[in-house]
Amino acid sequence: MSDSLAARMGPSAGPSPYGRQGSSANLADILERVLDKGVVIAGDIQINLLDIELLTIKLRLLVASVDKAKEMGIDWWEHDPSLSSRARPPQQVPTGHPVKTDRGSDPLAEENRQLRAELAELRAAIGSPRSADGHPTDHEEEQ
Amino acid sequence: MTSHLQGAASPGQPRRLSTEQRESDHSWSSYVYAIGRAGTDLDAIAPRLTGLRDGRVRTVAADGLAALVSSVPAGAFSAEGMKAQLENLTELEQIARTHHTVVEAAHTGATVLPMRLATVYLDDARVRAMLRERGAEFDALLSRLEGHAELGVKVYADPRAAAADPPPAAEGPDRAAPPVSPGRAYLQQRRAQRQTQRDAYRAAGALADEVRGRATGLARDRVTHRPQQGELAAGAGENIANEAYLVPVDRLREFHRALAGLADGLPGVRIEVTGPWAPYSFATPPAESRSA
Repeated sequence: MSDSLAARMGPSAGPSPYGRQGSSANLADILERVLDKGVVIAGDIQINLLDIELLTIKLRLLVASVDKAKEMGIDWWEHDPSLSSRARPPQQVPTGHPVKTDRGSDPLAEENRQLRAELAELRAAIGSPRSADGHPTDHEEEQ
Repeated sequence: MTSHLQGAASPGQPRRLSTEQRESDHSWSSYVYAIGRAGTDLDAIAPRLTGLRDGRVRTVAADGLAALVSSVPAGAFSAEGMKAQLENLTELEQIARTHHTVVEAAHTGATVLPMRLATVYLDDARVRAMLRERGAEFDALLSRLEGHAELGVKVYADPRAAAADPPPAAEGPDRAAPPVSPGRAYLQQRRAQRQTQRDAYRAAGALADEVRGRATGLARDRVTHRPQQGELAAGAGENIANEAYLVPVDRLREFHRALAGLADGLPGVRIEVTGPWAPYSFATPPAESRSA
């Protein structure tokens, strides 16, 4: 090949993109490719056994499970009852966003409970004698 | 066995056996990094590369194809030996980086199919047999990947960055409001945090869609990776989209330009483009690959 790939690389790749990649590329990016991608052919060494190990390593080191991904995924707020319309300052309600209130019981009550618990923890941490349950303004705030 | 080979190789005087010595010795196995076409620049590149355990890289050819191979200690690269090595993150990193460095170097001068990590044969004869057996498949893949490179594109949502750099006119009332009780202040703060978070995630989601749209138009193929969320995920914020694109090398510049600046003015949202990589994510046989 007369003109090498390196000579035709994009501007942000720098003058020696491959050297940079090989020496300092993000390990997660490398492992993602060398463990999970690339041509899989049966070597003489028991690669099938290894596959299981590789998968274990991969999951442990860099890739979350499907459940974890769902839990932390891009649409998590869609299902978070604490993010219903009434919990948002009115001027920042994005138009066209469907308000999810299909979780049955009152989401505000749930959030209130969570916040009270966190408040209690915070107060305990800073040594405040008041308990969260005895504080009436919290409830007013939510109504 | 493993340890004395390692020990001999590490201090001042590296133990470098000649190719002939390693090939004829049954205590060595043949580790395959990548496959390309025989008679290309691969033959020139190989001798300049150092593989695992300081082994010299060579080409092993059959039926017009060439594998980039180096000899590795058979014990350390047996199923048990490899398992032990790969369970250790330091050793895994070393193997992965060495494997990757050889593949990348080959990719600069030739079209190659990167092998999955830890593809090991008993000797070079077995490598040749594999090349003959799978020749047609490799040939088709090489034709498909010729003149292409892989670019990785990740989109991150970083609510903390958004909070540090709030958009104008947001959260204004808090400053002007009269002093509030600790509980009220806390709840207001929580509310603002959640709002900022939700905005960052929503903006990142929308950006990921736009990136996908633009990038797909310039790429020959696309593969979706799982978002990086484990302990090795290095980027600040949360990775919400992680994709790889197979891009013609004469379009790499255009690809970068198309994505540049898309995240500007979006606090808490970031695009990261990595590569060019050897086409790891597109090296699976067509039968198993995604329909284009």
